[in-house]
Amino acid sequence: MKIIIQNGHIVDPAGEVDGIGDLVIESGKILRIEMRGRTSGERKQAKTKAADAPSSPEGVRIIDAEGMVVSPGLVDMHTHLREPGFEYKETIRTGTMAAVMGGFTSVCCMPNTNPVNDNETVTEFILRKTHAEGVCYVYPIGAITKGQKGEELAEIGMMRDAGCVAFSDDGRPVMNSLIMRRALEYTKVFDVPVINHSEDLTLSDGGVMNEGALSSMLGLKGIPAAAEEVMIARDLILAGLTGGRLHIAHVSSKGSVELIRAAKARGVKVTAETCPHYFSLTESAVEGYRTDAKVNPPLRTEADIDAIKNGLHDGTIDIIATDHAPHHRDEKLQEFDKAPSGISGLETAFSLSLRLVEEDILTMKHLVAKMALNPARILGINKGTLAVGSDADIVIADLKREFVVEPGKFASQGKNTPFSGLVLKGRPVITVCKGKIHEIL
Amino acid sequence: MVRRLKSKDLLGTKDLSADEITLILDTASGFKDVLGRDIKKVPALRGKTVVNLFFEPSTRTKTSFELAEKRLSTDVLNFSVPTSSVVKGESLYDTVKTIESYGVDYVVMRHSSSGAPHFVAENVNASVINAGDGVHEHPTQALLDAFTIREKKGGFDGLEVAIVGDILHSRVAKSNVYSLSRLGAKLRFIGPPSLLPTVVPGGIRIFYDIDEGLKDVDVVMMLRIQMERQGKGFFPSTQEYSRYWGLDRRRLNRARKDALVMHPGPLNRGVEITSDVADSRQSVILDQVTNGIAVRMAAMYLLAGAKG
Amino acid sequence: MSEGMARELLNKKEIDRAIARMAHEIIEKNKGTEGLCLVGIQRGGVHLAARLCAGIKGIEREDIPVGALDISFYRDDLSIRKEHTVLRKTDIPLDITGKKVILVDDVLFTGRSIRAAMDALMDIGRPSAIQLAVLIDRGHRELPIKADYVGKNIPTAVDEEVKVELEEEGLEDRVTIVRSPGY
Repeated sequence: MKIIIQNGHIVDPAGEVDGIGDLVIESGKILRIEMRGRTSGERKQAKTKAADAPSSPEGVRIIDAEGMVVSPGLVDMHTHLREPGFEYKETIRTGTMAAVMGGFTSVCCMPNTNPVNDNETVTEFILRKTHAEGVCYVYPIGAITKGQKGEELAEIGMMRDAGCVAFSDDGRPVMNSLIMRRALEYTKVFDVPVINHSEDLTLSDGGVMNEGALSSMLGLKGIPAAAEEVMIARDLILAGLTGGRLHIAHVSSKGSVELIRAAKARGVKVTAETCPHYFSLTESAVEGYRTDAKVNPPLRTEADIDAIKNGLHDGTIDIIATDHAPHHRDEKLQEFDKAPSGISGLETAFSLSLRLVEEDILTMKHLVAKMALNPARILGINKGTLAVGSDADIVIADLKREFVVEPGKFASQGKNTPFSGLVLKGRPVITVCKGKIHEIL
Repeated sequence: MVRRLKSKDLLGTKDLSADEITLILDTASGFKDVLGRDIKKVPALRGKTVVNLFFEPSTRTKTSFELAEKRLSTDVLNFSVPTSSVVKGESLYDTVKTIESYGVDYVVMRHSSSGAPHFVAENVNASVINAGDGVHEHPTQALLDAFTIREKKGGFDGLEVAIVGDILHSRVAKSNVYSLSRLGAKLRFIGPPSLLPTVVPGGIRIFYDIDEGLKDVDVVMMLRIQMERQGKGFFPSTQEYSRYWGLDRRRLNRARKDALVMHPGPLNRGVEITSDVADSRQSVILDQVTNGIAVRMAAMYLLAGAKG
Repeated sequence: MSEGMARELLNKKEIDRAIARMAHEIIEKNKGTEGLCLVGIQRGGVHLAARLCAGIKGIEREDIPVGALDISFYRDDLSIRKEHTVLRKTDIPLDITGKKVILVDDVLFTGRSIRAAMDALMDIGRPSAIQLAVLIDRGHRELPIKADYVGKNIPTAVDEEVKVELEEEGLEDRVTIVRSPGY
């Protein structure tokens, strides 16, 4: 089957492409890109060309992407697919569908499943399930330690061979500094990043929101930014000591950004990610005890939002990931202390991130790099690019399209989002993945 | 002059206007008279049903509410956690929806999670009265404290009120800060730095030294040192605490001559307050208890009425 | 009558005469002042009770006790009112057990206030008898309640409002009737 995406504004940071052109896909691979000027003559010529194209047995599908952005499908380095074990929250099938609805064609799933993905068998299960039911590509992230208990290293090599692209105990930090050191050293053999969920549990101490005047007023236990920063500082030093590859998950505070910036300047091998909620909402989203805004790390202050935006702008923060954390409705319908943390983010991430382009924090090219190319590079997978011969994972976005966030319509089972009811401008309208064209309703 | 409360619930003093607080106090005066009669009962809430939903242990607050409810002729249901379905794993949501199906008009609730009464209020039609949630608010305590102060001092304007002790973890302190500052009193906090909030509302003075802090004070509001809420490292021992922040006669004398001594109870005699101060002429601790019933009657009475 | 226009029913002289007559009737019916007390229902009956007391004193040279009773807590319409009534003082400076209590109110209408007042009195003590004195009886009773002493009987329509204004409140003594707005 041949697909021609016409007249779109193609943005491919890998190939330094940023202009109007046509994209031709055949048998699920990118066949060619034809860039052109803006003269109507050339456009007309292109249209004729498409009509003349010899039809392959399955036919030709032409998509008119005039006025839209065409980019490589997004790559999410941080998703919770919940399967195996928590299928009541999400499954690989519904999670990958949510990804595709959000413009993502590859996602990495975190290992805090049940059983934990700390061995090749669970990794293989995830990949088998993906093959059978997933609508996008799934790259598992294996646990750093057995059972994510933080005590003994898991079988990193075997998991790597089974298909894991990175390692993390996400959900939990590696509290024991010696184990973190060993993990950073050991993974050097396999050239994979170690992703730490940066939280010093003795400082966060059961907190449920950002520590400050608001937490005091609401009577909720606060998590100081220090809980994140202390751990990041430790890991940056260990990364420097060992030469291992560190990736810092979900950066949420100003102090964290500053630590990472300084470490990069010193030459430490570190990459960092943030999530859309950390540059879109402050802790005030929690007011009224709104559990949909309960997330870990917590939403913080305007100053932190500004620092994160600066960090994205100057490259301190390399990628935007979703930390998609779906939960069952009943779990969020509880006292604030009891409700689990997490935001169902796959279907709003791109639109929220497009606001950064609107605000001149990032160019469109940089945004695509943050959400597609950079994650692919960090993981060492051949994604996030529109290079000829690569998989045709594509997202077409209409930057002018306005819509209201309606969690009831999410493909994800998780409807837990603090953005419900928000009017956003710009959204993916078509995602092409594994040879299928998905129209986003 | 306001003649009704804005909200269907009483979840905190933070959102009560000065007029609403005054309405509650004036109404409580009327009920205090009733409590002085032979027949300490009025039929005002006859036919209404209240459920006392106490997820945290409490003798005094629960008893006070129960008496207030009975004096208003309300039908009273008691629901305490150790014997309840919550132990069997029922969610708070299901618990309150079940209770609502019994047709209750009021839910008086105490819970260890801040915000739990808010959650319940959003999900039931009944009027929810917060009898203490986590470290958030305890509005009826603050209201009875205000009533007691007004009764003894006549008013609040310019009154110097010192709150002493574990303010960080005290919902009583928080509720009092909102109501007393709205009524015109001047507040100060006294305690060790580890027990004071990091962000203090404007206009409140902080003293680490109790002798210094009690100068010129009209009302000394002592807070209980809560062993059950302490985690780690807030203060080394009760002995040290009482030496540096306990209220004794000598320290009380630094306050104004007729300064009131208040305490929400129960007392840790010898820790935050000495017995001779607790039992002294200046102590209004027992008045607080009596006034508590009248104030709770007033709160329930004022929450009755056409909703919306 | 058009809305908002008040018509005068009684002027000061007529009010004084009515009270004077009622004071005589009270003494006559009770064969003197022994065991009597007056209780004015907040708010309209309080000053009238004081005037009746003065009137009785003028005739018999006896001071009978006067109290005030707030019936807010005994009302039967708590669930349907949008606003609470203003709470006023209940001050009955005697033990009413065994006494003959004369309840005093300004206007007798449905009778519900009187029912509430009687319930309140029963919770305060055990009077040997309760009698009722009102300045105006405007009809439209919803309960079987009858006044023993009436200043003036005035037939009214349900949508009209009868107002008693007294000097003690800084107004001029008079009773007016007006069509109630909002009907």
